[in-house]
Amino acid sequence: MIEVKDLYRAFGDVKAVNGVSFTARDGEITGLLGPNGAGKTTTLRMLYTLMKPDSGQVLVDGVDAAVDPQAVRRQLGVLPDARGLYKRLTASENIDYFARLHGMPERLVASRREALIDALEMRDIADRRTEGFSQGQRVKTAIARALVHDPRNVLLDEPTNGLDVMATRAMRRFMRQLKDEGRCVLFSSHIMQEVAALCDRIVVIAHGRVVADESPDALREQTGEANLEDAFVKIIGTDEGLAA
Amino acid sequence: MNSSIVVFMKEVRENLRDRRTLINALITGPLLGPVMFIMLMNVMVNRELAKVDQPISVPVIGAALAPNLVASLKSAGIDALPAVSDPEAAVHDQRADVVIRIAPDYAQAWNKGQPVQVELIYDSSRRDASTPVQRVRSVVESYGRREGAMRLIARGMAPITAWPVQVADRDQATSQSRSALMFSFLPYFFVLTVFLGGMYLAIDVTAGERERQSMEPLFVNPVARWKILAGKLAAICVFSTVSLFLSLAAFATAPFFIPIEKLGIALDLGFSFASRVVLLMLPLIILMAALQSLVAAFAKSYREAQTYQSILMIIPVLPSALMSVMPIKAEAWMYAVPLLGQNLGIVQLLRGDGVTGQQVLLCMAGGFAAAAVAVAATAYMYRSERLAISG
Repeated sequence: MIEVKDLYRAFGDVKAVNGVSFTARDGEITGLLGPNGAGKTTTLRMLYTLMKPDSGQVLVDGVDAAVDPQAVRRQLGVLPDARGLYKRLTASENIDYFARLHGMPERLVASRREALIDALEMRDIADRRTEGFSQGQRVKTAIARALVHDPRNVLLDEPTNGLDVMATRAMRRFMRQLKDEGRCVLFSSHIMQEVAALCDRIVVIAHGRVVADESPDALREQTGEANLEDAFVKIIGTDEGLAA
Repeated sequence: MNSSIVVFMKEVRENLRDRRTLINALITGPLLGPVMFIMLMNVMVNRELAKVDQPISVPVIGAALAPNLVASLKSAGIDALPAVSDPEAAVHDQRADVVIRIAPDYAQAWNKGQPVQVELIYDSSRRDASTPVQRVRSVVESYGRREGAMRLIARGMAPITAWPVQVADRDQATSQSRSALMFSFLPYFFVLTVFLGGMYLAIDVTAGERERQSMEPLFVNPVARWKILAGKLAAICVFSTVSLFLSLAAFATAPFFIPIEKLGIALDLGFSFASRVVLLMLPLIILMAALQSLVAAFAKSYREAQTYQSILMIIPVLPSALMSVMPIKAEAWMYAVPLLGQNLGIVQLLRGDGVTGQQVLLCMAGGFAAAAVAVAATAYMYRSERLAISG
């Protein structure tokens, strides 16, 4: 479970995150929806302790990120906005590297890697060097290495960005699978369709603030719009920076 | 497995697969110095030898006036060429290294027993002409002394009355110290080798990793950043150390390719020399790795990092350049200055003087202290938020 309490973060005069609070529960998919530049990536970076909030608190399974950032990172599987791979290593070697950085014993490294390669349907590319991988192959490898240590909580920053239709569908299937395994899945997106199709709970962010935090049904009810897309536009006040 | 070792193993494996890094660490870095050294030495030695042994030809104006002098020149391997019309221009245009002009009243004055003038026209700023000028001058002077002695004897006086003081040379240079003078730029080659050996790795594991956007995912792992840095530094150090070993091995073969015996100098670049150089260079290996990483961490891209590295590369030249323009007497504290200490120590080893335990200690202490500061600064830089975020 991830609890975010009143996060603030400014870059110079720009208030990137201006009081964000929400909770992402285990066995649920929580979507962070907002236009480009709303503060989604900065919020996630504070969750996985890459950035320090100016004020506010992040708790992952009850552990305070400010107190023990390493323990927090151990309980998170993160697909960051930057998802560069090591081009001169194979996909498997990329996955193994992160597994070993988590201090996993060698036997477990191999079995977890093989399980993820099957789950992500990437057997055909596993032993190829990642140079020249397609966007979809890159994301699969990046997800496999992010989840190799079997984390309870999964953060995905725009996971379907740049993927084609087939890859996007596979990604959504995989996220549902993570949810069914009882994990806490939190992902960001600026694509309304995607959030509507996947989420148990939707946190809408605009201008660094949470403007709505509801289940999809509650959102429809609250705005009086039967269509979720219209509901979002009504909440945010504009459709700028969003994609259907 | 310790996470620093995990990082170290991965960086080594990944970079062993990179041709550019390999070529720099294993070929360009270590071999550039020895190959340049052997080529330069051969060119230098052969030119010097050629000038000493071979007969030279010098235009002589008024040769007919002084047949004995011309004969004396010829017996010393200096042939008289026909006169040139404009000797000053000939020297200036490099058509002649030196021109001899015998005064028109030479024969007349000679017969009267008066002093006569022999002009040597040359350009002292042309270094390659200095050997022929030297040879002509000494032949003319010794001819003059010999004739003077004859005249004194003819007048019934002992020739030594004219030279009450005699200079006797007692050169204390050993054959090894003479060679050290020529090889004073060797320390720079070793420093350069260490620099080049680690450079591409240092860029790749910091600026390269940032540019390829893999720094952020790496830092999301539950590993302290200083441990990641330790692994990366270790990988850089291993590459630059291998470079240094290869370079020393290549230098050890240099005496086989240089006709040193013809110069009458000794050159000992064997195992005991190599092992002492490694000892002196150890702190520099770490210092360089940390400085290169620090500089690369400031850069946003691979290209930018390369630019910074080439500026950084100028620093190791300074002690070598400084010592060649103003030779200084080594003081104890100088050994504790990184780079300068190594420079002094290696030159001393080349001279065959050896280094004392105190000098080695000072070298190591100063070097490791500087390395510790550089590592600490890099670790501090690694803690910044900015480093992880690409673009």
